[in-house]
Amino acid sequence: MPKIPAPPLPKTLQPKPKKPGEANGQAPTHSAPLEAGISVVDWLDERTSLSPGLRWLLWRKVPRGINWAYTLGSATLFAFLNQAVTGVFLAMYYRPDVSGGAYESVRNINDNVFLGQFVRGMHKWGASVMIILIFLHMGRVFFYGAYKYPREMTWVIGVVLLILTLAMGFTGYLLPFDQRSYWATVVGVNINAGGPFIGPFLSNFLLGGADFGATTLSRFYAIHMLLIPGAMAALIGAHLYLVTKLGISAPPWLKPQPDHDGDHEIDQAEV
Amino acid sequence: MPDRDRETKSKYTLDRNMPGAFEGETVSRRRFMNLAANGAGAVAAMAFTLPALGFAIAPIFKRQQWTWQPVGSPSDFTDTDYVTKIVNLVPGIGEAGNSVAYVRKRNPAIDKEPGDKYNQFVALSDKCMHLGCPVRYVQAAQRFICPCHGGVYDFRGMVAGGPPVRPLDRFYTRLNEQTGRVEIGPRYSVNNELQRFAPRFPGEPIDGIGQYLYPAQFDTASPPPK
Repeated sequence: MPKIPAPPLPKTLQPKPKKPGEANGQAPTHSAPLEAGISVVDWLDERTSLSPGLRWLLWRKVPRGINWAYTLGSATLFAFLNQAVTGVFLAMYYRPDVSGGAYESVRNINDNVFLGQFVRGMHKWGASVMIILIFLHMGRVFFYGAYKYPREMTWVIGVVLLILTLAMGFTGYLLPFDQRSYWATVVGVNINAGGPFIGPFLSNFLLGGADFGATTLSRFYAIHMLLIPGAMAALIGAHLYLVTKLGISAPPWLKPQPDHDGDHEIDQAEV
Repeated sequence: MPDRDRETKSKYTLDRNMPGAFEGETVSRRRFMNLAANGAGAVAAMAFTLPALGFAIAPIFKRQQWTWQPVGSPSDFTDTDYVTKIVNLVPGIGEAGNSVAYVRKRNPAIDKEPGDKYNQFVALSDKCMHLGCPVRYVQAAQRFICPCHGGVYDFRGMVAGGPPVRPLDRFYTRLNEQTGRVEIGPRYSVNNELQRFAPRFPGEPIDGIGQYLYPAQFDTASPPPK
């Protein structure tokens, strides 16, 4: 098994040559505090071997000619992180109480809690932003042909993530529990029931019974904040692993150039 | 070693030249240990997965009870206009558990479906049979109109226009002999001939093949005792 050479360190992280007069000498004692941080990192790295992995993840070669459209995936990731962080803190004030408490708790977040309106606004608008970004990201991958060999599994996982994101939008829409949430959920569950054979049972599972009932809201809440986010976090990990492992695809307009060995390959730039 | 294993197909480990094999042994101790450890792991995983799954899907299988709610005395209702009544479908959750029933007396001149003790009063559900929005009864037009996607039903609840796939659902009704009150029971669905079916979700046609494509749910009230 040939060993793949480690990607080179960026210039700023490479050890500097010693200045004249410092060679062979011991490090001056007054610089010891400055190097404490380095030795802490070394201590950690010696025990965890994290740095090769980090280097593998962060300092990769990417093809020439990439552009801003390649940042849409990271943008979607940051939208997800925004949803995760604001969602966790909204859960500290939210109450999935179907007999009026849910609406009251959201009203309380909006009207009384310090920065509540801001955090809830980030979550609410961030949800739309994430849906828009994930579709733009999908469009970039599709139109650049980046889903082709060997990146098919990255695409498949991405499509599952898209479906889960839409499911997050659907389950999250009910939680404020106002008239709009309620009727949108009724309509959504009934659309779902329109699938033959399995549809009615799936809707029954979503509602936790034949009608919109006492546990429907808490069911949606559990799916929204525990079930789907867990699955999404795991799949995002797999998605990122594949992106790192397989590298970023070159833009379709970039022609392979013959290098000095006579092989045709895409120019790679170090970033 | 693996190559020699493949050459001799004997079921005894001793014949397969396995180190430490016992006479008459067909499963090596290593293989047995593997199966036992993996099996124990599978049992441990099932021990929490299966109960959790059953816990989550149990409501699908819980059959609803027949309950009767009084909505007024027979003289409250006519056979030319609907009276709006609030019925409670799910107790204990406030307004979210309520639904609307439009109630009138049965009029044999226009209600051609066979009469029995459960439809002397006609009680229509306000759930639109397109996607479940609440329909509104407009007496001037004698039509039920849905605000969401423009579904229209005639005086009997039959589809008169728009996207709905079947007539409005109905509730069983009865006249309680002891109290003299009109009572509303469980919901049921009807096809275009107004035959009774177990309640279905909106958007599910139950004429012809539809009743098999959209099977009845376990968790609705059982059909009425004849």
